[in-house]
Amino acid sequence: MSDSRQSVGLGELSRKVGSVLERYSRDASQLVAILQDIQVEYNWLPKEALEEVSQELGIPLSRVFSVATFFRAFSLRPRGRHLIHVCLGTACHVRGAPRILEQIERQLGIRPGEMTEDLQFSLETVNCVGACALGPVVIVDGDYHGQMTPDRVKEILKKYSKERLGDEAEVG
Amino acid sequence: MKLKSAKELEELRSRIIKERDPQKPSIAVCSGTGCHAWGCAEVTAAFKEELQRQGLDGQVTVKTTGCHGFCERGPLVVIYPQRIFYQRVKPQDVPEIVSKTILQNELIDRLLYTDPSTGQKIAYEHEVPFYKRQKRLVFGSNGLIDPQSIEDYFAIGGYAALAKALFELTSEQVLDEVKRSGLRGRGGGGFPTGRKWETCRNAPGEVKYVICNCDEGDPGAYMDRSLMEGNPHLVLEGMVIGAYAIGAHEGYIYVRNEYPLAVRNAQRAIEQAEEYGLLGEDILGSGFDFSVRINRGGGAFVCGESTALMASLEGRPGEPRAKYIHTAEKGLWNRPTNLNNVETWANVPGIILKGADWYRGLGTEGSKGTKIFSLVGKVNNTGLVEVPMGMTLREIIFDIGGGIRGGRKFKAVQTGGPSGGVIPEEFLDLPVDFDELTKVGSMMGSGGMIVMDEKTCMVDVARYFLGFLEEESCGKCVPCREGIKHMREILTRICEGRGKESDLELLERLSATLADASLCALGSTAPNPVLTTLHYFRDEYEAHIKEKRCPAGVCKELINYYVIEEKCPGCGLCVKNCPTEAIIFKGKKKPVEIDYGKCIKCGTCYDVCRLGAIEVR
Repeated sequence: MSDSRQSVGLGELSRKVGSVLERYSRDASQLVAILQDIQVEYNWLPKEALEEVSQELGIPLSRVFSVATFFRAFSLRPRGRHLIHVCLGTACHVRGAPRILEQIERQLGIRPGEMTEDLQFSLETVNCVGACALGPVVIVDGDYHGQMTPDRVKEILKKYSKERLGDEAEVG
Repeated sequence: MKLKSAKELEELRSRIIKERDPQKPSIAVCSGTGCHAWGCAEVTAAFKEELQRQGLDGQVTVKTTGCHGFCERGPLVVIYPQRIFYQRVKPQDVPEIVSKTILQNELIDRLLYTDPSTGQKIAYEHEVPFYKRQKRLVFGSNGLIDPQSIEDYFAIGGYAALAKALFELTSEQVLDEVKRSGLRGRGGGGFPTGRKWETCRNAPGEVKYVICNCDEGDPGAYMDRSLMEGNPHLVLEGMVIGAYAIGAHEGYIYVRNEYPLAVRNAQRAIEQAEEYGLLGEDILGSGFDFSVRINRGGGAFVCGESTALMASLEGRPGEPRAKYIHTAEKGLWNRPTNLNNVETWANVPGIILKGADWYRGLGTEGSKGTKIFSLVGKVNNTGLVEVPMGMTLREIIFDIGGGIRGGRKFKAVQTGGPSGGVIPEEFLDLPVDFDELTKVGSMMGSGGMIVMDEKTCMVDVARYFLGFLEEESCGKCVPCREGIKHMREILTRICEGRGKESDLELLERLSATLADASLCALGSTAPNPVLTTLHYFRDEYEAHIKEKRCPAGVCKELINYYVIEEKCPGCGLCVKNCPTEAIIFKGKKKPVEIDYGKCIKCGTCYDVCRLGAIEVR
């Protein structure tokens, strides 16, 4: 069914989704929160989980998908071990965020929305994280790195994965 | 312990204040998002460890507070009672601070702020020019309290306004006070808050809701985040007062999921307020019931639009609807709903406590009170500043902001987010309030102020905003969905040197259509960044179109990097850093050469060169 590269155990999935649904008393108006919590469990939203939510809440799968695809924060694709968010807010933009993004793309050989082959990094952009005084800002796994420069990109990526960067730089 | 009357609240407050020795040294470490990125958590840990090591942990308090505002100089540390201000504090500075400043009342010169205009060292927080010119009515308490401690909030007079509203005023009087204060919505539109409340109060229906919008979506603005993270009880208190005036018993706080600390602190504040009987049933024994729930947003800019936000609260995609019927009459679940943003709610307790007349004394004719701005971009002192309405752009950017970075020239300031516009140098003496900003084609918005210098390309800025809005358009109505996309394509064409002279007129025509025909404000205000840049910086557009030149040196297709031979000693730093091996090393003491066949114009050489030997034209 799923095109995911990470296998999702169905029994376990059912349990995890079930416990999230209980947290919100199976209230369909809490759909956004429910999907957020499921995403915290898996780091993305597996299709099977969305089907489970639809069945358990008794709402059409199309409605679950319409919410899951509407909000930017949801990912319908598996994401890597480390999640990189490059802020593209106005303050970051005028201080050179596009060039930071390009540098990361080159280093990792992926575009925003993609994951590196070795499943280590996913790259995403965000339209302002509210740390505007420090722009340009890059967030890796929730850690803010402010006043970024293109030449600091390598050093920061290295912190999260020591061995892989050397060969990737050649590929990229 | 549930408080059952205003008297019990006051007794508790006096007890808390009495137990606290105002002369006891206290170290406040700013733990806002900016300072976190600078490493404040390590600084706090170092203080705790050092105090323990020196056996002082009982005698000195360490407080982690919300954002102080001067994010540029973080991590910030303020030492009470003297209010000594240290900036850029590192964990290794901590033992010295404890031994010298805490124990011997001695200042450490290198940690003090230096006023760049006079070269003088400044010892105390209130003397730092960045703070001195501000009037921090709403934001000022952030530095005094631990946002997770309701006792701290009590100690600075917290919930006294609520007690006054519940026991000394009728709900009509509260409404009247807010109406008379002239408070206008801080989220963007600037609609009079009291009138909004009144419509909701008068709308038919038993069940009414109040909502706090903390889905701060405007790129470049973060004051709501910092308030919710740094002083959540102030926002909650405002909400309870508003609910009392309107007659609502249920409330929601809609917070961006990207603000996890705001979610946590707001949740904590709700729990504490419930424990003390300041939320829930029979608040302070007054008979008034009100409860609040938190909902996390999914990261959609359009949810700043009230009807979209409410759709999202109902568990549906955040698509707006036409507002023939106001949400104050039919909002969430089709019931009367009053929505205000964080900063608006945070203004309410002060108005109730000190009165509408006091509040009206601040600000301008049409805009009362203060406004928090997020002063960011190419300005020296980035951070959050709160000033009375009516202060000029020049005072904010140059006196508080310390002018433009790197001694460059000011070009424009962008206000109002993607719905706003850019304001050029000729309007620097404009007093900033809702009406004045609108007159020059921009708007107040939520208070983002992004400063731009001569190295910022106005066409690129316009393209940036359209790209942003194209992504954030929900796609429900055609003018917005298709119009923004086409405008962005035209702007991209111009940035890439493929623009036509007729493009400018086409942009203006499309702008008019969007403004007239879009369903919500996202679409109808989307042309503003284009129209204002076109109006004030038409020559830049023309340079891109006619001369195929980007005067600011930003648009990649129109620029090249050059080596200034006299300045280049051939150190090889750029050669080492160039990602495409496009720089040719010609030997020591000889200038390098750029291979334009390989150069991807990434600008790395320009960034790494310490001698200014690379130029961009």
